[in-house]
Amino acid sequence: MSSAARMGFRSRASAWDRKYSPYLYISPFFILFAIVGLFPLLYTAWVAAHDWDLIMGQGEFVGFENFTHILGERAFWISLRNTLSIFILSTGPQVLIAIVIAYMLDSHLRAKTFWRMGVLLPYVVTPVAVALIFGNLFAERFGLVNSALEIIGLNPVGWQSDSLASHLAIATMVNFRWTGYNALIFLAAMQAIPRDLYEQAEIDGAGRVRQFLSVTVPMLRPTIIFVVITSTIGGLQIFDEPRMYDHSGRGGSDGQWRTMTLYLYELGWTRSDFGRASAVAVLLFLLIVAIGIINFTITRRIATADGGKGRQPSRARLRAQKRAQRREHKKEAAR
Amino acid sequence: MSTTDFNKARRRHPTPRHRLAQIGALSITAVLTLAACGGDAEADGEANGNGSETNASSGEAPDSLSVTTFNEFGYEELFEEYEELTGIQIEHNKVDTAENARDALRNSLGAGSGASDIEAVELDWLVEFMQYSDRFEDLSEDAPADRWLDWKYEDAVDEEGRVIGFGTDIGPQALCYRADLFEEAGLPSDREEVAAALDGDWETYFDLGREFVAASDSAWYSGSDNIWQGMINQVEVPFETEDGEIIADTNSEVKDLYDQLLAASVDDELSAGLSQWSGDWSDAFQRDGFATMLCPGWMLGVIEGNADGVEGWDVADAFPGGGGNWGGSYLTVPTQGENIEAAKELAAWLTEPEQQIKAFEAIGAFPSTVEALESEEIQSATDEFFNDAPVGEILANRAEAIEVQPFKGPNYLLINVAIQDALNRVDVDGVDDPESSWEKFLDEVEALK
Repeated sequence: MSSAARMGFRSRASAWDRKYSPYLYISPFFILFAIVGLFPLLYTAWVAAHDWDLIMGQGEFVGFENFTHILGERAFWISLRNTLSIFILSTGPQVLIAIVIAYMLDSHLRAKTFWRMGVLLPYVVTPVAVALIFGNLFAERFGLVNSALEIIGLNPVGWQSDSLASHLAIATMVNFRWTGYNALIFLAAMQAIPRDLYEQAEIDGAGRVRQFLSVTVPMLRPTIIFVVITSTIGGLQIFDEPRMYDHSGRGGSDGQWRTMTLYLYELGWTRSDFGRASAVAVLLFLLIVAIGIINFTITRRIATADGGKGRQPSRARLRAQKRAQRREHKKEAAR
Repeated sequence: MSTTDFNKARRRHPTPRHRLAQIGALSITAVLTLAACGGDAEADGEANGNGSETNASSGEAPDSLSVTTFNEFGYEELFEEYEELTGIQIEHNKVDTAENARDALRNSLGAGSGASDIEAVELDWLVEFMQYSDRFEDLSEDAPADRWLDWKYEDAVDEEGRVIGFGTDIGPQALCYRADLFEEAGLPSDREEVAAALDGDWETYFDLGREFVAASDSAWYSGSDNIWQGMINQVEVPFETEDGEIIADTNSEVKDLYDQLLAASVDDELSAGLSQWSGDWSDAFQRDGFATMLCPGWMLGVIEGNADGVEGWDVADAFPGGGGNWGGSYLTVPTQGENIEAAKELAAWLTEPEQQIKAFEAIGAFPSTVEALESEEIQSATDEFFNDAPVGEILANRAEAIEVQPFKGPNYLLINVAIQDALNRVDVDGVDDPESSWEKFLDEVEALK
């Protein structure tokens, strides 16, 4: 009896071990996350439901009043517009150019390491230094870009007075810094693509462009999703570049490039109103989640569009394989 | 908690490896924040009365003291001198702009830690900190009140009679001008003649400007925001009443000045359309961008720095509408510091007449103590860059001409920044006309109420 019971306990223990141990092993991450990620997140929501002064601390409970106030502010909607505009102008071109650069770095180049390190160089420069340099380039009156435009007979652009122009300038800064970094991530993924796929495609008579579109891009799908998600999070939280874009750091006299994070900073630190700043933080969080989901679905679609469904090999790849096989047969038959 | 969100905002594109680093950084931030919360409670306890006990232990001289200033205070040599005198080393934390220094100090007060032993506070936001005057040490016992000009001293006294800051400099304004450009345009260029021509109100100043721009390629002044500081500092009750009511949106005196200034800047093209402190603004000093500038003492150093190598700057003993004070600062000792007694001593020493004179000689910070103002060094001081103008005597005269010390409430800085934005929308960016820009300003004032 007792030995049978012990056996039963043993097998149950080992069943538990199999079942629950993995959770135990990864729990440190989630415990840490709960303390430093989840708690601040929920606490921000708690602050957002109160009158909360930076110095005096917690005030009355006000429910959703901070949110209704923020949503009624013109400044909030302008900051939302700016954030989305800068995000689109930076993330889109950045991912596209990064893939192309990675593809070029992946081809046969002399001094490979040199070129690869070269594209990462802008990433090493601190954002503040980048902003100072670009701030000078894009200065409205005596900046380098406008001087150059005037020399070739074009009208100077209002890099700081015009909203769209300022977004373009800031997106340029972001792209300057992040394109090389993303290119290297893509490059790593590209090198994991089996080389025989390219050989087969080449035998099929696919040119470089066709190879790129039909082999490289579909095989990069998981990496594209990863890069798009991370740059969505980063792009929507953009702060350094717009903050450093001019001397005041408040996003222009008319809020031309005041992003949501700048608005949040102004509410929280300049106006000392942590309640409303937290409300903006919560809204920004929701926005990132929403756009993250949208991007995730879109990138899934785009990357699979000409690559078949799911993890199945692409049609081009299948065709290439079949033809290669046929050729092999023919060769053998000829022998 | 938003501090952690803020850290996330600064950190872009996390990769798995970065995420580890990020989590590390965040946990540190979290611990700091929690610690800060604890510190907060202590600070409250101290403020509630038993502060003197906790501070008694700090009576001994520490090895070093930290001091935070912004822009230029001219303290570098003084700190060395103090180290020789007392052996106390001074860590100088120099913030680029007054606004950034203000935000950082607010943050430290909120967190209950992080402030320097001595924090410099500017006149325009001193009033804001008056709301939290119990977070600053009372300095009334540490230096005699009659050291300073009455109004300078009074501004730092809270409702209970505690003194939270020692005055450093004041900003009596004269008018700086380019004598060479004046001469080219056929205007009088001699110091006394210019002062005589400018004797009058703002309209006199604008009229002379109209005459000037008709005959010159340069503008009369850099931008509306510079001139605005001169105008608004002559209004007795500009934005808020002493009862705490915000009147910036209904005060016709403010609106009239706004209209008058923009008419001169835009319609009469007196303005170079440059926003103060911007890169373009600094560059314009080298390009004959404008011919005049409002000149509180501390501005002399700014002009000299930006216009390095340019000849022709001079200072006239005149100011539109009489006199006016722009800026000037205080040294405060936050209660959260660990070396309070030593910090009080240093603050008192730095604001002694002798030291104020040295700061004036270094960067033009005009003294706020009676003895320094009357001293031979100030009265006879000249400035080579400004064509050997007797700047000491001129600024002393200008200080005497100040009739109005405007009442500044806790929202003064925010409202003034909003109205300067409104001016810049029209004058610098050209995205609004005066009326539509004023409407936006009204919205912003409404949000502060």
